Amino acid sequence: MTTRGKTGRRLRFWTGRIVHMALVVFGIAVVNFFLLHLAPGDAAQVLAGEAGSATPEYLAALRRQFGLDQPLPVQFVRYVGHLLTLDLGFSFRHGLPVSDLIAQRLPATLLLMAASIGFAVVAGSALGAVAARHAGRLADTLISTLALLFYATPVFWIGLVLVVIFSVGLDWLPVGGMTSVEAGYAGWDHVRDVARHLVLPAATLGLFYLAIYTRLMRAATLEVTTQDFVRTAVAKGLTARRIAVRHVLRNALLPVVTMLGVQVGSILGGAVLVETIFAWPGLGRLAFEALFQRDLNLLLGILLCSSAVVVVVNLAVDLLYTVLDPRIELAR
Amino acid sequence: MTAHASSPLLLRAASAAAVAATLLTGGALAQTPQNGGTLTAIVQPEPVTLTSAINTAAPTGFISGNVFDGLVDYGTDLTPRPALAERWEVAPDGLSITFHLRKGVTWHDGHPFTAADVKWTLENVWKTIHPRNQATFGRVTRVETPDDHTVILRLSEPSLAILSSVNSNGAQILPKHLYEGTDILNNPHNLKPVGTGAYVFKEWSKGNHVILERNPNYWDKGKPHIDRIVFKVIPDAAARAAALEKGDVQYAVFSPVPLKDAERLGKLPNLKIETRGYEWISPWLFFDLNVDTPYLKDVRVRHAIAHALDRKAIANVVWYGFAKPAISPVPSTLGAFHDATVPQYEFDPKKAEALLDEAGFKRGADGVRFTLTHDFIPYGDDYKRTGEYLKQALKKVGIEVTIRSQDTAAFTKRVYGDRDFDISSAWFAAFSDPQVGVTRAYWSGWIGKNTPWTNGSGYRSAEVDALIAKAQGLARQEDRIATFKQLQQTVQSDLPSIPLVELKFFTVHAASLKDVVTRGDQIYGSLKDAWFDKAPTN
Repeated sequence: MTTRGKTGRRLRFWTGRIVHMALVVFGIAVVNFFLLHLAPGDAAQVLAGEAGSATPEYLAALRRQFGLDQPLPVQFVRYVGHLLTLDLGFSFRHGLPVSDLIAQRLPATLLLMAASIGFAVVAGSALGAVAARHAGRLADTLISTLALLFYATPVFWIGLVLVVIFSVGLDWLPVGGMTSVEAGYAGWDHVRDVARHLVLPAATLGLFYLAIYTRLMRAATLEVTTQDFVRTAVAKGLTARRIAVRHVLRNALLPVVTMLGVQVGSILGGAVLVETIFAWPGLGRLAFEALFQRDLNLLLGILLCSSAVVVVVNLAVDLLYTVLDPRIELAR
Repeated sequence: MTAHASSPLLLRAASAAAVAATLLTGGALAQTPQNGGTLTAIVQPEPVTLTSAINTAAPTGFISGNVFDGLVDYGTDLTPRPALAERWEVAPDGLSITFHLRKGVTWHDGHPFTAADVKWTLENVWKTIHPRNQATFGRVTRVETPDDHTVILRLSEPSLAILSSVNSNGAQILPKHLYEGTDILNNPHNLKPVGTGAYVFKEWSKGNHVILERNPNYWDKGKPHIDRIVFKVIPDAAARAAALEKGDVQYAVFSPVPLKDAERLGKLPNLKIETRGYEWISPWLFFDLNVDTPYLKDVRVRHAIAHALDRKAIANVVWYGFAKPAISPVPSTLGAFHDATVPQYEFDPKKAEALLDEAGFKRGADGVRFTLTHDFIPYGDDYKRTGEYLKQALKKVGIEVTIRSQDTAAFTKRVYGDRDFDISSAWFAAFSDPQVGVTRAYWSGWIGKNTPWTNGSGYRSAEVDALIAKAQGLARQEDRIATFKQLQQTVQSDLPSIPLVELKFFTVHAASLKDVVTRGDQIYGSLKDAWFDKAPTN
């Protein structure tokens, strides 16, 4: 294989992939636009409804302000025009550009997601691997039962129970929110404060994910252990530890990485339930509220960013496969 | 009607009243307010804007009332009390209203507050884009400002309802110097309000909190007592209950926790449940019966449905006692306007069945006369439970009910736009004058206009339309009261909508938080009187 051939193939792969990704994101945006406009009622009506009183003049003024008085095709052309200039539009309900709103909420979402998924992947993979090594014995039964329990328990219930125990009962951790605004912490105190607020939501969300990773890892490890190359490694006289880490774990990680890709993709969708229970100011809640408020510009913006993250993460996962398993090659 | 806040006699009377109020609310001794502390409150849902002048939603008013003052505020008996207006006069012919404004009041940015602000806001906001006030102030033909502290409204016809809507929520005054010549609905100050009130806007972290700080230059000397108010957004009801129970939050309004939790929280030593402070809103819950549908267009069927409902059970069981059976669509809290002699439909399923038989809708072989749909107002479980009660009650008299649920946008479009429903539920705020809050449910001009919270039943009565028009233009309150009583008699015999209960919204607050309810419009008003006898440790 010549170097030139390799570079050419790489180039072809990347251009193809990027064009493909852009088309997918654009397609999703178009479908979203028309899908969301099928919902009955509009943002002006929701605002008037919340106001508890309204007149047709007030509604007309709101619709004019929101650009909702224009026919749908005109609104669509405007929307596409904005998209092509990478402008996510304006949320009239919030009185702020959509990109600002997303930027405000993004850090909280990233923090919560990184903490909970990180916890889930590390602890879940470890527990899964341990369970597989002791398959059928007490440790396995214990871990599998716990995983099943966490997986089957509704997230909101776990969240509320944790609040009742650790916040109301023991008074160790705050009930919700992201900071103690009343105290006005700065510097390291602020970091510690946010960390304290992060524990319960991250644990709640993490416990649910943890169950998935534990089960995946256990199944994958058991499957890989029966493969021929593992028997070969044993025959070669490698230590059990080296076999577990180098041969079994690495191969068993593939399904875990796939799952991770799926979950990281949904980061921007956030965790509506956990964010609601713990009053965590993340994107999930923002999207959820935007749906009920018919704040379509905002919702479209969040969905667009979500779809962009999904395609990018898919690409990253594909690349990671080739690292974990050299037999897998990138191809169009 | 005149009043002088600065007169020593009135001051003495006011402090005597405060002592009496303290005694009544359980304080053994009149206590002197202490200054300081940070109050954490819940605002839910998160407001859209912090300016009530352009959005009358409850969460907006709850915060905005601390940043802005009204011309007046309302006592628990709904009489106006001086605020930015020290006194006011209505001309004997009712054709002019004069407000004498307080001197030395400044906006939070230091600009003086003058009559020009009132005139500008009336002409550019209340009369044009305000969601509720266009009818109330529609008769104002001219606003005169002979000097900086006098505002005279000239009216084409008398409009006594004006004096019921000039608190900081009903007719919020915006600073002319920041709004004139701008796009009012998009003005950045809607999100960073500049008012004259006891608290100054500090910051709004979307999805998190709004912070207000004590206004050191407030005209009402010595107030407010609390240094800072943090309004937190807590979307989950169980989390709100936990935050209150733990003491992280000391004040939450508009029935912030599920009704079944309210009783439990009220028994805790550190919390109190309060149902006063909502008088100015005077909410009542009702079923709208779509009179354009084949069954409900028959008045006998409407009467039968009313007889099939036990309003006492709705108040005590469905609403856990946080409601009172309604007699008329004008709630009893509106005093003289309320007519207790209107036709009543006592709980009597037999009579309901007889009426349905008489109307020709006999029970079929399966015991069912006909089937109706019910769309409940999507504001939570309590309204859904009310719908489930309706289903149960009507089943007993042979009417099958299918309950449908949807979100607010879909609901208001269905009921007030498409009119594609049989029975819907809603609560309206009556406000302190039926003209402002009640007549909208019956005026035929609203039908099918796709305007939320108007005439949902589709009721058309030339007589009622005429009464509504007449009451608006009468100069004497006695005549208006008589007209509204006539209106109540008519709509209660035609019964296009069935008043169920007068809702008692409740506030949960820390026991250490004192004087938190001092007025009838408290939830939309200022917390300038509130103080902690033991400030929370945060």
